Amino acid sequence: MIEVNKLSRSFGPIVAVDNISFSMTKGEVLGFLGPNGAGKTTAMRMLACFLRPDSGTAKVCGYDILEEALQVRQNIGYLAENAPSYDEMTVGSFLNFICDCRQINNPEREKALDKAVKMCSIESVYHQSIETLSNGYRRRVGLAQALIHDPPVLILDEPTDGLDPNQKYEIRQLIKNMSKEKCIIISTHILEEVEVVCSRIIIITNGKLLVDSTPKGLKEEHSASLDEVFRKITCKR
Amino acid sequence: MNGSLAVFKRELKSYFATPVAYVFLVIFLFFSGYLPFRQGFFEIRQADMRLFFSNLPLLFVFMVPCTAMRLWSEERKSGSIELLLTLPITVSQAVWGKFLASWFFMIIALLLTIPMPITIIYLGNPDVGAMLTGYLGSFLMVGGFLAIGCFFSSITKNQVISFILSVTVLSILVYAGMPTTLNYLSSFLPAGMVSAIETMSFLSHFESIQRGVIEFKDIAYFILLIIGWIYACIVILNERKVS
Repeated sequence: MIEVNKLSRSFGPIVAVDNISFSMTKGEVLGFLGPNGAGKTTAMRMLACFLRPDSGTAKVCGYDILEEALQVRQNIGYLAENAPSYDEMTVGSFLNFICDCRQINNPEREKALDKAVKMCSIESVYHQSIETLSNGYRRRVGLAQALIHDPPVLILDEPTDGLDPNQKYEIRQLIKNMSKEKCIIISTHILEEVEVVCSRIIIITNGKLLVDSTPKGLKEEHSASLDEVFRKITCKR
Repeated sequence: MNGSLAVFKRELKSYFATPVAYVFLVIFLFFSGYLPFRQGFFEIRQADMRLFFSNLPLLFVFMVPCTAMRLWSEERKSGSIELLLTLPITVSQAVWGKFLASWFFMIIALLLTIPMPITIIYLGNPDVGAMLTGYLGSFLMVGGFLAIGCFFSSITKNQVISFILSVTVLSILVYAGMPTTLNYLSSFLPAGMVSAIETMSFLSHFESIQRGVIEFKDIAYFILLIIGWIYACIVILNERKVS
């Protein structure tokens, strides 16, 4: 469902993503790991058609990110870093705006709203304006926004950052439940999360893809915990 | 729903969800009413709105960038541009949606000055046609101002910078058409160049529409101005989406 082909992008002299290739099929949950500034966000932004790659390309659900950006965006649910949204809007009007943009009209809209609101358990803040919400609720609103059109591909940039342990657990459960029908990419710094939800791990450092394996395989190969493996691989350079 | 329409609706609502719209409307309505009275609106004993319209360009030089500066700068600053431009809408749909919302807002502001023409019609026997073309001219002119503001808002995430840049460019385009500037320029520039500068300015086009003469060249000037600056805005946003 996702085919990344030699994707590269640099900002001035800094090479953020350097020649990355991988592919994913339905049912996979990919943990996108790497130290800060490794290029995870840049790579995800390119997949979500926000940034243009300098070279290389990728296909999402068969659509090219350069040629058919609109179709790609239709098939992706994207939660950007820090879950940006419009502060002055209420949660309800924000989600309705997303439905407007995604051309989800009644009667499907009501169902979609119902489902997304329930999944992310934001019923209690539905009529509150987003600027009054706590960090955790904001992120859940962002997640609801990404899920509302039931996309086949989900790209989540640090979806559990800033959540309390209960919320983290809920979000992980949510991702696990969806994983069979979808293709999900998650970037995170929480390695226990990777062990719980991810079926595959990619580690990048300085924009280069270093490891493409499974959590289990990686642990067995190095016979150490994921934490230690991560440190071993990323501290080498 | 079309992407532009969705963005348009959201943008327009956001003006009224924050105090921005109300503060702006009050200040704008106060000055647009106060200035003509100061200049002798009643004393000249003429039933027309020339004094009202002649103050608009200078008022807009400062007021329009206030509404336009936030259009894209704020999106960049808060990061919501990443949300907006990863939704299945094109950059040009988003830009047009936002621009048209701000234009519509300014048209509402202008329409709220309606007590002025009503007073004149009640007191005297004015040329209603000229009033209508005056409003048409103001709508077009404010569209041009907004397009320029929208462009400068798209190049930076700092609202202050975007405000200053658009005020500067708008002042140049307004002052270039003032008689004093043209007199000065004609002292050392050839006549052809002076008239070229005059036709580049807002003022000559606005004044001829406001007098009741609707000419193709004046309408075309504003339409081309809007399309040109908005296109430049789309190009900028396509090239540079982050910061």
